[in-house]
Amino acid sequence: MTRDRAKATTSLAVRKAIGQVVAYTALTVGGMLCLIPLYWTFISSLRPSGWELTFPPKWIPEYFLWENYVNAWGSGPFLIYTRNSLTVTILGTLGSLATSSVSAFGFARLRFASRDVLFAIILSTMMLPSWVTIIPKFVMFKEIGWIDTLYPLWVPAWFGGGAFYIFMMRQFYMTLPVEMEEAARVDGASTFRIYLQIILPLTGPVLASVAIFSFIRYWNDFMGPLIFTNKVDTRTLALGLRFFRNEFTTSVNLMMCASMFMTIPVIILFFAAQRYFVRGVVTSGLAGR
Amino acid sequence: MTSDVQSRPNTADATRSRVLRARKRAIRRELEGLAFVSPAVLGLLLFTAGPMVVSLWFSLTRYDLITKPVWIGFGNYKHILGDKIFKLSLWNTAYYTFIGVPLQTIVALAQALLLNMKVRGVNVYRTLYYLPSVTPTVASVILWLYIFNRNYGLINSALWTMGIPPIGWLSDPKIVKVSFILMSLWNVGGRMVIFLAALQGVPEELYESASLDGANALRKLWNITLPMISPVLFFNIIMGFIGSFQVFTAAFIATEGGPANATLFLVLHLYRQAFENLKMGYASALAWLLFLIVMVFTSLQFAGSRRWVYYEAA
Repeated sequence: MTRDRAKATTSLAVRKAIGQVVAYTALTVGGMLCLIPLYWTFISSLRPSGWELTFPPKWIPEYFLWENYVNAWGSGPFLIYTRNSLTVTILGTLGSLATSSVSAFGFARLRFASRDVLFAIILSTMMLPSWVTIIPKFVMFKEIGWIDTLYPLWVPAWFGGGAFYIFMMRQFYMTLPVEMEEAARVDGASTFRIYLQIILPLTGPVLASVAIFSFIRYWNDFMGPLIFTNKVDTRTLALGLRFFRNEFTTSVNLMMCASMFMTIPVIILFFAAQRYFVRGVVTSGLAGR
Repeated sequence: MTSDVQSRPNTADATRSRVLRARKRAIRRELEGLAFVSPAVLGLLLFTAGPMVVSLWFSLTRYDLITKPVWIGFGNYKHILGDKIFKLSLWNTAYYTFIGVPLQTIVALAQALLLNMKVRGVNVYRTLYYLPSVTPTVASVILWLYIFNRNYGLINSALWTMGIPPIGWLSDPKIVKVSFILMSLWNVGGRMVIFLAALQGVPEELYESASLDGANALRKLWNITLPMISPVLFFNIIMGFIGSFQVFTAAFIATEGGPANATLFLVLHLYRQAFENLKMGYASALAWLLFLIVMVFTSLQFAGSRRWVYYEAA
């Protein structure tokens, strides 16, 4: 009897162990598939030019030519590109944060007749292909002299920041209890003060999520710069990288260095703030409803 | 209340002023609400609704940015529907979408299921799996160019060691769309996170009671997990379709629509008509056809979703 039970527990333990091995194997294989391309970019960026013709490719780096990065940086106006990318990203992110949170507060915590209709319309714009509006926007920005400036890339962010962020923030605001707000109202606080001093301080996590999502969005944006800018002075990294590729098709190592210029900042940001990624999605209430 | 008013007519004034005050308060509330949401509403008018109206008008004109738009009615639409290049681009886009989106959804869901396992260190893996999604599109497209390279690319050399002759991943018109779909599978982290969040919301008790009934893992997936996350599955499929119909950057940078127009997608065609040939009217009509297609598919999916999407009674 006891022996049987012992057998049963060992077989259970064995099964559990096998399950763990299978789980880790699957996780690791998938993780490698995700990582290999990035690893490949990185080791390629440190190799001498012409390495790409070696066949079969070597997986373990034999060269560490860090000077490739210096050469790549000097081969194009990367300082200008980076400065432009930073300008657009910072101003775009700030605008998204400021205006999506105040709009979301209105949609979540105030009661007025046109609220739900407006919110539904704004939400439905998530499904609109951006190509429907791009030509009139181009004409509009051309009329006011904004083509070949950075304005078209970040000014629109100051108008709500996009439906997704408003939605995310609204879902978060709706979960906050109304009691504090009511107490403040009884004390005679204005709605704006309630927003600024009571609600906003509670929204740190969701603000962080929106900040990170929009940082990545503006940093990585390719379509906007492609359509609204052309001159070297106004190119962002995304667009600069494309021109760099057309010029340096043969220098694969420099090309990879240039890619890293653009990739490293987002990866650093991602590692620094990774917990806000999943949390942002969870608070948006996409989970379940 | 009414009888009150009737019996004491002198209070009618008081009631009226109360009603007036209530209306005033409602107006004030309305204005205050609108003030708070005004950034979003202005943005809607300036950057979405306004441009939509203008775009619709452009689509009915001939317009080259230099001279004023000339009204030509449905001329652009008629021209597009008879255009072989348009049909080809529609076919390319449909191929990419209808094969790509289901695969992307399956891969994202599989990743989320893996990352939802309760094993030690799973957080490290979550980070790894999301990493491709933060990689800038331009950088990742350039990277895939070298991975797919016919002569010395990573994939072909791996195949070579197994004795398989090189494949023209980006140079063979029959294969290039498959390559694009493979490329898109590397980038499903955004959808994976949404799945993962949903999986974490499925109550543990459901699985426990199913285990007691002797259900195996596959049955649990089919009978518990999938129904419970079906709203999110639906969301991911819808957004996947809408995004996939707008595939552009990879084709624009990596293949420029080639080889033999095999990656000339709808939006690449639109971009060229608008910003290379300056046919703004024609391109606007293309954009509206794209919108129409997206809307038709989205509403079809909404109609079909009633049969399989399960919403918890709130």
